[in-house]
Amino acid sequence: MTITRTLATAGRVLTQIRHDPRTVALLLLVPSLLIGLVAWIFSDTEVFQSVGPAMIALFPFIVMFLVTSITTLRERRTGTLERLLSMPLGRGDLILGYTLAFGLLAVLQSSIAALFAVTVCGLDIAGSLGLLVAVAVADAILGTALGLLASAFARTEFQVVQFMPLLVFPQILLGGIFLPRDQLPEVLQAIGDALPLSHAIDALTAVAAESHDDAYVLGELLVILAWIAGAVILASLTLRRRTP
Amino acid sequence: MEYSPGTEPEPAVTVSGLHVRRGSRPVLAGLSLTIPAGLVVGLIGPSGSGKTTLMRAIVGVQVLRSGTVTVFGRPAGSAALRHRVGYVTQDASVYDDLTVRQNLDYFRVVLGAGRKDVDRVIEATDLGASSAQLTGSLSGGQRSRVSLAVALLGSPELLVLDEPTVGLDPVLRRDLWALFHRLAADGTSLLVSSHVMDEAARCDRLLLMRGGAVLADDTPAGLLAATGTTDIEAAFLSLIEEGS
Repeated sequence: MTITRTLATAGRVLTQIRHDPRTVALLLLVPSLLIGLVAWIFSDTEVFQSVGPAMIALFPFIVMFLVTSITTLRERRTGTLERLLSMPLGRGDLILGYTLAFGLLAVLQSSIAALFAVTVCGLDIAGSLGLLVAVAVADAILGTALGLLASAFARTEFQVVQFMPLLVFPQILLGGIFLPRDQLPEVLQAIGDALPLSHAIDALTAVAAESHDDAYVLGELLVILAWIAGAVILASLTLRRRTP
Repeated sequence: MEYSPGTEPEPAVTVSGLHVRRGSRPVLAGLSLTIPAGLVVGLIGPSGSGKTTLMRAIVGVQVLRSGTVTVFGRPAGSAALRHRVGYVTQDASVYDDLTVRQNLDYFRVVLGAGRKDVDRVIEATDLGASSAQLTGSLSGGQRSRVSLAVALLGSPELLVLDEPTVGLDPVLRRDLWALFHRLAADGTSLLVSSHVMDEAARCDRLLLMRGGAVLADDTPAGLLAATGTTDIEAAFLSLIEEGS
């Protein structure tokens, strides 16, 4: 692994995206539009105030997971992945390069989404706005990292797509949005508590309501960062140079 | 360059007892062959004869069932070989959403080649006029030349080219074959696959493949003499009839 190759890969991914302005626009705006839609649906109720923070976690997470796994899927399908892996590119160079490139996009996307929820949709944030954005960004990068892990694990294109329902949907279902996690059956609650998206939702909800101190939020943030690091390392280790 | 037995150097590639399955189908069943260094070796056979699988095994991206593939005395796909072997897949493995030069610049950094190398390969593949265009906007023939240009970066000692001249006009095809022979004269070993029999005559040596087995391993002239035929297609047919 070398810094030059990692940065070259990140630069290459960003140059590719830059050639497609519509994708950039969609990437940056879609989560905000969806948050706006949820706010509109619940406009005459107090519901948005309680689910709004979870939406800031949810939409960027899903969008980044999808975009990342589809981009790497495309890399697989066009044969460039196979070509790169026959070259002296470290598997970590590739995974980290992608993480850096999409991480940068995640910073922009989540900042826009969080600010949109607060300023346009009128979500009240009792705690620190900076902390809210920090958690939202980490959560979007988590989406990228899991997307990379999914496509590294997969050996075929079909498998890549199957990982979306497998890795993302349970996190949404068990994250406490549909039913608070403490009301779930015991086993599901334990699983839900461990999943990374739950930590993001908890942290964002805590900042919004200022129900916990900053140390709690920072602790949750650390858990998310650990998941990101774990997913990136695991993705580098499981990416196969040889395919059937 | 005439091939003369007795003066052959250490082979570029040695394959022995190679078994490969793709899906449930055995593609190669106990294949053994050697590819001499410093020559243009044609891998000729119909579609489905195992040419691509053999090439993938030599480059080190194919999962093997059993057998060994040795390139320059090392196991195929080992880290030390990754900048010594250039590989061009059948479909152009380049980024459509980057310009020709951006593609080459990225792969150059990955291969650790010098900056000037990009200009050299652009000239060798006659892509100067389109170097600032998006690769996706080029014709099929131009795209495959971009893919070939990437493989030439860093001057690898072994070039594995899977049908590099498909869809190219006759002038360009002639020029590329001249390039292949220039590279071989400079000491590069080339393995070039084709299903077009008339290209076989341009090779120093031929490996005729059918059904995952080598039917013949000879010079074009030797092959014609052994089968008493006047063109490679007839020689191929005669070998198939002989074997059945």
